[in-house]
Amino acid sequence: MDFASPRDLNEALAAKSAAPDAVFLAGGTDLMVGVNLAHYRPVSVIGLRRVEEIQDIGTERIGAGVTWARLEKDSHRGLAQAARTVGSPQIRAAGTIGGNIGTASPAGDGLPWIAALDAGIELASSDRGKRVVPWKDFFVGVKRTSIAPDELITGVVLPDEVPEIEEFAKIGVRRAMVISTVNCVVMRIDGAFRVALGSVAPTPIRVYEAEAMLNAESSPSVEAIAEFGRLVSQEVSPITDHRSTEAYRRHAAGVLAQRLVRRCLAA
Amino acid sequence: MSITFSINGESRTSSAAGFESLLRVLRDDLNLPGSKNACEQGECGSCTVLLDGALVCSCLVMIGDCEGTDITTVEGLADGDVLHSVQAAMVAEGGVQCGFCTPGIVVTGAHLLEQNPNPSEDEIREALSGVLCRCTGYGRILEAFEKLSGSYQ
Repeated sequence: MDFASPRDLNEALAAKSAAPDAVFLAGGTDLMVGVNLAHYRPVSVIGLRRVEEIQDIGTERIGAGVTWARLEKDSHRGLAQAARTVGSPQIRAAGTIGGNIGTASPAGDGLPWIAALDAGIELASSDRGKRVVPWKDFFVGVKRTSIAPDELITGVVLPDEVPEIEEFAKIGVRRAMVISTVNCVVMRIDGAFRVALGSVAPTPIRVYEAEAMLNAESSPSVEAIAEFGRLVSQEVSPITDHRSTEAYRRHAAGVLAQRLVRRCLAA
Repeated sequence: MSITFSINGESRTSSAAGFESLLRVLRDDLNLPGSKNACEQGECGSCTVLLDGALVCSCLVMIGDCEGTDITTVEGLADGDVLHSVQAAMVAEGGVQCGFCTPGIVVTGAHLLEQNPNPSEDEIREALSGVLCRCTGYGRILEAFEKLSGSYQ
């Protein structure tokens, strides 16, 4: 087996270009589960541990190699709240936001924040350089993205608008070490609410109709917020699987979104 | 592959293929079976080690990625026959039943107290959230950790 340890981004991209079948390794929290339990045997791995260009947290960009442990301490409020709920301290010390994006699980806890913010996914390849793909065009299905075979996820590009308030919450079967049954971010930007959810569709989604209804109210009443919750429940498209049922997820999505709107209004 | 790293202060070399977990190499090749193998998916924490100072599940670390790293396993905590303070507290408080999770608990405790000598009960509970114990209900483990906290009265 080949294991490359590139010292910078150019070396990492060149390694991928030279070995198109190589797989990138960051925290390993998804990849190694495949090795341990699904008998996945990579023939060529590119370790990203030493690539500095993907390690920064800034106001314009978050590097793909930033771990949950760092996001929990140093990041934007909603993303820090999400990071705090990922796995355990051990998982948060290893797992990265870039890995969450690349795996593209419907339940990825970092993804609703990206969707609510209308952030872009920064990709890089040796041949074509960098490009930024809007999140909606990047996540195309369950664990499916529009990344090209020679590309590396290098970061999340944040828009200029900064949320006035942002709140994340998730529902799971217990408080620690749990994959989301439903997760949700509500933020307010320029006075308008944005609402994104995970685990209720093949990809993270925005509930645009529910947002529009809420944003038509200058000061949402208790009844308006309840109606908003009903719209959220209608707009999501969850499935029944080993973790929950469609009906429960629909109900929980509405409850969670209402709760976060109330938190934003109370702030 | 030939991968060289430091384990418990000693330089070791692995000739594993490269994709294997650090846990597998510790247990099968390096005669360090203290780190336990249970879930192999990062849920149970029984294989917890320190990798360059970070608390991680060794089952999720690819051995090929360990070149030049500094690893501490549960075997590296005691000073000869003198137990680490966390080990001593676990013995004194009866924090062990079947013992399977204990290596993960002990490494977690050593890391917690190194980062924060005065952890509150909430901080201790948070730290312990990454190691599953199915015997004790955590009560006595929590007591052992609380007595080690500088804020214990």
